[in-house]
Amino acid sequence: MITTLSLLFSRPSSVSIPGKINGVVKCVASPSAEKTAYKTKVSRNENLAKLQAGYLFPEPRIGDTTEPIPEVITSAMSKRSYALSTVDGYSGYGAEQGEKVSNDLHSFLVWSYSLSPPYPISVLSSRLVCLFAPHVEQLRAAIASTYYADLGIEEDDIFVSDGAKSDISRLQVLFGSNVTMAVQDPSYPAYVDSSVILGQTGQFQKDVEKYGNIEYMRCTPENGFFPDLSTVRRTDIIFFCSPNNPTGYAASREQLTRLVQFAKENGSIIVYDSAYAMYVSDDSPRSIFEIPGAKEVALEVSSFSKYAGFTGVRLGWTAIPKDLLYSDGFPLAKDFNRIVCTCFNGASNIAQAGGLACVSAEGIKAMHEVVGFYKENTAIIVDTFESLGFKVYGGKNAPYVWVHFPGRSSWDVFSEILEKTHVVTTPGSGFGPGGEGFVRVSAFGHRENVLEACRRFKQLYK
Amino acid sequence: MYKSLSFAFMPCKTILQPRASIKTQDNENVTSYRTKVARNPTMERLQYNYLFPEISAREAQHVKKYPNAKVISLGIGDTTEPLPDVVALSMANYAHGLATPTGYRGYGAEQGSKELRKAIAETFYKDMGIQDTEVFVSDGAQCDISRLQLLFGSNMSIAVQDPIFPAYIDSSVIIGQTGDVETESGRYQNIEYMKCGPQNSFFPDLSKTARTDIIFFCSPNNPTGHAASWEQLEQVVRFAQENGSIIVYDSAYAVYITDGSPRSIYEIPGAKKVAIEVSSFSKIAGFTGVRLGWTVVPKELMYSNGFPVINDFNRIVCTCFNGASRIAQAGGLASLSKEGFKAVISLVDYYKENAEILLETFKSLGLRAYGGVNAPYLWVHFPGSNSWDVFNEILEKTHIITVPGSGFGPAGKEFIRVTAFGHRENILQASDRLTSLLK
Repeated sequence: MITTLSLLFSRPSSVSIPGKINGVVKCVASPSAEKTAYKTKVSRNENLAKLQAGYLFPEPRIGDTTEPIPEVITSAMSKRSYALSTVDGYSGYGAEQGEKVSNDLHSFLVWSYSLSPPYPISVLSSRLVCLFAPHVEQLRAAIASTYYADLGIEEDDIFVSDGAKSDISRLQVLFGSNVTMAVQDPSYPAYVDSSVILGQTGQFQKDVEKYGNIEYMRCTPENGFFPDLSTVRRTDIIFFCSPNNPTGYAASREQLTRLVQFAKENGSIIVYDSAYAMYVSDDSPRSIFEIPGAKEVALEVSSFSKYAGFTGVRLGWTAIPKDLLYSDGFPLAKDFNRIVCTCFNGASNIAQAGGLACVSAEGIKAMHEVVGFYKENTAIIVDTFESLGFKVYGGKNAPYVWVHFPGRSSWDVFSEILEKTHVVTTPGSGFGPGGEGFVRVSAFGHRENVLEACRRFKQLYK
Repeated sequence: MYKSLSFAFMPCKTILQPRASIKTQDNENVTSYRTKVARNPTMERLQYNYLFPEISAREAQHVKKYPNAKVISLGIGDTTEPLPDVVALSMANYAHGLATPTGYRGYGAEQGSKELRKAIAETFYKDMGIQDTEVFVSDGAQCDISRLQLLFGSNMSIAVQDPIFPAYIDSSVIIGQTGDVETESGRYQNIEYMKCGPQNSFFPDLSKTARTDIIFFCSPNNPTGHAASWEQLEQVVRFAQENGSIIVYDSAYAVYITDGSPRSIYEIPGAKKVAIEVSSFSKIAGFTGVRLGWTVVPKELMYSNGFPVINDFNRIVCTCFNGASRIAQAGGLASLSKEGFKAVISLVDYYKENAEILLETFKSLGLRAYGGVNAPYLWVHFPGSNSWDVFNEILEKTHIITVPGSGFGPAGKEFIRVTAFGHRENILQASDRLTSLLK
């Protein structure tokens, strides 16, 4: 697989990557069709034409979790799957915003979850009614109480989804084409790409490697990976990811306070991506809502992908405070609710059952172990590159290590590492022009693979 | 601040369905902070709540009013029967495997697992020349419709059947393809409504239909239950060819077909050059909560500049989506196995028997009930009535939830949609109650 990768990667001067390797049609402009081939009279959406070739992450998926999901979580999903084959356990459409467990299902699940000495159960007609409900709660309420306790975010502010990537696009559909946006530079490509698709941007400018009409907030070692807000133009929306993918930097309380202030002064909305919050090791904020005033200017997106290995299971959420209002006073949450009801049909009920187990006491402990394992990987990688004399960033509050190769093209470094060590990393410029000169090394992997990769790095750069 | 908003439901004969109006109390707003971000004007254009949450809300209200009544829902088209063991077990086992080193899987291909794509192509598109690489697995048709709208963008014109499943229209409004709604007719400007009623046997008169870029066509139809014939679909394909339009064909109910009508648009020659097909495991396998569907985009389908539509759809899928849940996909694969497919089809047959019972009931009452033969929906005509009034009366007097026809478009005004999903005993009881009320 690794060798196949090296055959497929070209070394472009601009940020373009071939499409997926697994046999699916490549995302590049097609050769002209034969003269006689029928064409419809439907014009191609010009926004799609603006996109640079290929989404950044072809197979194999880099930034993909590798360790098995804790059993407390998978057994909840198994049980729910099995329950779907029973009369009392079957459920159809769920609420699009996330599960509200019905009385019957609730009862059945509590009965089936009872692992300790059996709780008193009485059977009434064909239904099982349990008199004790230790840890079965609604998922939205559970997410609110787990991640936003004392932050004033409530159950009905939480919208459960099939993951942050889908949520980002649904948020873009919500915002529409007439909004301006700011992103960190470098940043996770989905914010920019979805913005292009929605028609918020101008053309890609090859000389600066930026799309017109997007405000890129540079984050570099020089500014401690936090943008100089005094040089940032006002935009309607500000995408902010912390802990950051790809740099690994977690913004401090003081920095986020300034960000919230900036948003407030400009009347902007922050879309805060906290997908890596559980990786925070120091006292950096885990949620934007820890900052006073944030509920009037921010919404938050998160995911179970990197906490519970749910990259294939698909579960995440978006929290939208009631106080977040458009300029005419209309609450954002109402419109997002409408989007969710019309453009979505809920996350899989089995995934949601898994989510509920994730935020149980035992599940939270298990997620911390998974996160802890990847953090140990990160430490090994940081150590390796530091010992080789590299300037290394991130790695403390996120499963990503941002390694600096001053003066070198990140694509060249990526290719060199790939060819000489067969280790797949991600070239920094794939995350924006601010990523040039850096390579992102992700800490997901079996321990022996991470150790082996580090051995090979030492060989290459000794 | 949010708590100060109040909602008023105003049933109005000229508007399709009650309009939720948001009255803000000025004195409370003065001190509340507002961002300077303008609300998306397309969202403002939407006149009312999405139909199905509205129905749910009505049901909840009714249950509150009559806590002892046994409400029977023949409203939202939600499957009720448990999954076959083989399907449920495949998902239980897959989930269990995720806890093991050999069974764990992370991100899947956004387009879906190769095995499932192959199985879908082989099960539903045998001999139609559709390859696995043209099948995109999703988390359901409702999501796919919106992703298709993202693909098309705001500069498209669409045509829809009238009446129709509301997601096509609503997603079109949201993405900015339409103008405002015309209060009198209840129609959005810039949408071509293709009226389908008893007078034209539920197939639109294409000679009277203006050209649009996209034609949404659902067959078997939700809500009317009509399955277009081969000749009719040939007409649609020819119409699309002549106009250079793209058909988005929704075949979610194809497995309910009884009378040999086409199950896929690709049965029609030439369709691969003009049509996208969307379908779902929801009503095939009871996956309404599990979430799994697919969209077929043939390689030959091209934009006016020769660019293959599949390339752009693939990009949308890679950027705006991250694949259907692997557990759901495992269940999908099991439902297409020999044993699994036999089991899910027997559930489809169960719902079809429900439909027969309901059809008999309405027939015996002298009412014109359409559909129910090729789809799990009955489309019952109450001439001269307002469907919301009929909905309310049925609900009040028999505690049965249905769906008022005008929720599906202006042409649904005199109709009620009754679904055939439900436990047999509930269907029988509903029939008894309806007989008592309407005799």
